[in-house]
This record gives sequence, structure tokens and C-alpha cells, in this order.
Amino acid sequence: MKLVSHLLDDEWYARYKRISRLNIRSSIYDVTNRCNLRCKGCFFFSSDEHKAAPEEMDLTKWERFVHKEIDRGVNLAILIGGEPTLCLDRVEAFYKRVSTFCATNGLIKLPRDRFPDLMVGISLWGDETDEKTLRGKDAFSISSKHYEGDPYAYYLYTLTPKQIGKTERVIQKIADAGLKVHLQLLSNDEGVDGFSWTPAELVDIRAEMDAMLDAYPRTVVSSKYYHEVICTGRMQGQRFGWQACPSVTITQDNRDPQPRRLTNFIRWASDLETTHRCCTSETRDCATCKDGAAHMSWVMVNKRAHMNSSKDLQNWIEVYEMFAKLYQFIPW
Amino acid sequence: MAKELDKIIVHVAEIMINELKLEDVTPENFDPEMDLVDEVGIDSMDLATVALVLRDAYSVRIDEDDYPKLTNIRLIAEYIHRKLAA
Ligand code: SF4
Ligand code: SF4
Repeated sequence: MKLVSHLLDDEWYARYKRISRLNIRSSIYDVTNRCNLRCKGCFFFSSDEHKAAPEEMDLTKWERFVHKEIDRGVNLAILIGGEPTLCLDRVEAFYKRVSTFCATNGLIKLPRDRFPDLMVGISLWGDETDEKTLRGKDAFSISSKHYEGDPYAYYLYTLTPKQIGKTERVIQKIADAGLKVHLQLLSNDEGVDGFSWTPAELVDIRAEMDAMLDAYPRTVVSSKYYHEVICTGRMQGQRFGWQACPSVTITQDNRDPQPRRLTNFIRWASDLETTHRCCTSETRDCATCKDGAAHMSWVMVNKRAHMNSSKDLQNWIEVYEMFAKLYQFIPW
Repeated sequence: MAKELDKIIVHVAEIMINELKLEDVTPENFDPEMDLVDEVGIDSMDLATVALVLRDAYSVRIDEDDYPKLTNIRLIAEYIHRKLAA
């Protein structure tokens, strides 16, 4: 039997032990159906998930709901939308009670006196040209002013094929703003012309992601193994897709056989009763899904598949650490 | 009493080896004190899988809140042994 301590030297073993008992149990919450942007390719609007259920307006019901979620074992609430900062009372209902992460487009500044250490992930869809094409606005110019130097904020930079060869300028701007960045890939849910990945583009973007991690190790929060997995859709001889996906809502998961999956994961609509199929769009084709969190989780729930060699286990540790940093379970 | 516990230890080891497809180890030589997370690399999903089989075998339900305490095979066996005696 291969043992962890045989596969790792002292330094790696200490890193393993720092994360091995975190037991992160996340669920995802649509805080609102509204947004102050309308990005092309936004999975939420393109799949009509904003119409799936009417928003619960009673704050006390949100508070009660959070308690029920904690009783269900959730220890990480990932708030998405729509735009969560449009409903700060609901954000606070989570923040006061459970480890919380808030996704935002950064157009509204989260008041730090009310949310001093709430981890914020600011969406970014490329350089000014891409952002204007896809989002109708250069959101970065606003969000980078709102969050400059904020130790509890980072960019979630969605790479598109148009970004190949152009990411360094964006990452340099993020570094200049004193912020960090995590890289993910566009799934192009609305089929915007020129924004779907070809195999050759995926090879190129992977090389570029690796190069950016080497060049900006204090700014880019990532790992080369994550780049490999998300760009190839492959991990330890398995292929990513519906049958392998770990981020399917437990109450809708009738797959047989059951893959390794996130424990009790649910993505809730904002009526606090309706659930969505998975962490991203209900209508997305799993065969082309590039969801970053789902790929990270895929690695994380398959630890023992990475116990074949020291390198494999180190790769697993790096991905787990990356997730734990992004969601504030361990410091940067 | 001690013999009963020893039997449960070997049985838990056997279930763990079968369910998690652990290689190069037998129920008899599986060190019951070996840390399951820090050495064997199991996670809570693995433990849940094993717990289901143990529930069927012993009619003992392992509470999910107790998972963090059950860090080796001996502790799991003692947990079952205690519940059987209760
Ligand atoms: S900011 Fe986010 S929620 Fe709003 S439209 Fe864009 S991707 Fe969708
Ligand atoms: S769309 Fe992506 S995240 Fe959703 S079930 Fe399919 S593979 Fe998983």
C-alpha cells in the first residue's frame, strides 16, 4: 500500500497535513436574479436561470435558510447571482454565520466597514476590447479602483481565445493594482463568434497560463496541473464531463454509477427552494464545459487517484492549496 | 471482549481494503493505528463509503459528525464495539 509519508518529503508532507483535514463542504447560492451588467456568454442569463424562481425578499427567511444550510454541513457558502452586491443584506446573512465567498463584477464596491474580510472574486473577461465586446463595458477600470490593494479580493480572469498572446498586459495591470488573479476558461455558452476553443488554442493558452504563473508567482494563484486538467479535460486517464463531474446538485444526481463528488453539494436558486442542476449553466453541454471550480473540485475529490507517484500527489496538493487559498481556508 | 474487538478490527480493515481497493495490504497486516487521512490518504467520501458497508454489517450507524474522530481502524472498531454493547 502506498503511504502519503512515503510519497512526500518533509516539506511536502507538512503542506499535505495543512490541508488534509479541511473537509471543505461548499454549496452555491444565487443571491439575486438581477445584475447591473448583461455579459454575452453569462451562463446565468443565457440559460434563463434568472427566471427559474422568484427571489425570496424576506431577509429573516434568508437568515433561517443559512442556519439550515449550516446544519446540513455546509462550511463554505459561495455567493453568485446575478450580482450579489445588489443585495448586501442577503450577503450579510451568510457572512455573519458561515465562511463566505462573494463573486462580483466589481462595479459596486463592497463596503469594507460592513464586510472587513469577506473574500471577493471579481469577474474579468479579458482586456478592454474583450470586456467591451462581451460585457458592453470596461469593468476592470472601475473594479480595479474599488479594490486596489485589497487583501481579500482577487480577479477571476476568464480567458477567451482572443486573449492568447495578450494575457500578460492584463496580469501586469492586476499586479500594479496590488491584487491577485485566478485564471479560468470561457465556456462560450451563447456561442459568440470566435470565442469557442479549438484544440490548438487550448494548447496555446495552456502554455501561456504556465508562463504567466512562472512570471508572476505572487500575483497568479494557480497551478500548472490545474492548467493541464482544465485545458485537456483529462486527469489520471479519466475524461471530464457529465459522468465525472463532482459539482452536480446532490438532490438531482441520479447518475449510475455515482462518480466521486462534492459531499451534499447543492446550487440553490434565490427563492431558497428551487435547485439548479450544477454549479454552472443548466443548459451547458458537459462535453465542452470548462468550469474552473468544477475542474478543481474534480481533482480534489480524487485524492487517492493521485497516490501513484510523488509528482501526482504533489500536483493534487497544489490544486487543493489553490482552492483553499481562493476560498480563504489557508492564507495566500 | 478483547477478542471481539480484534475481530472487528480485522473486519473493518477487510472492508476498507475491498471498498477502497487498497493494494499490497491484508486485513491481518493493516496497522490498526495507522492514520487513515495522513497516511492512507482517505477522505470523508471514502469514510462514508466504508460507513455504509459497516452499517449493513453491524447495524451501527456512524454519525457524520464523528468522522473527524475516527482517524484509524482501531478507533472505528472501538466505536462499533461500543455501540454494539450499548
Ligand atoms: S456580471 Fe456576472 S452575473 Fe452579471 S451578466 Fe455578467 S457574468 Fe452574468
Ligand atoms: S455543465 Fe459542467 S459543471 Fe455542469 S454538470 Fe456539466 S460538466 Fe458539471
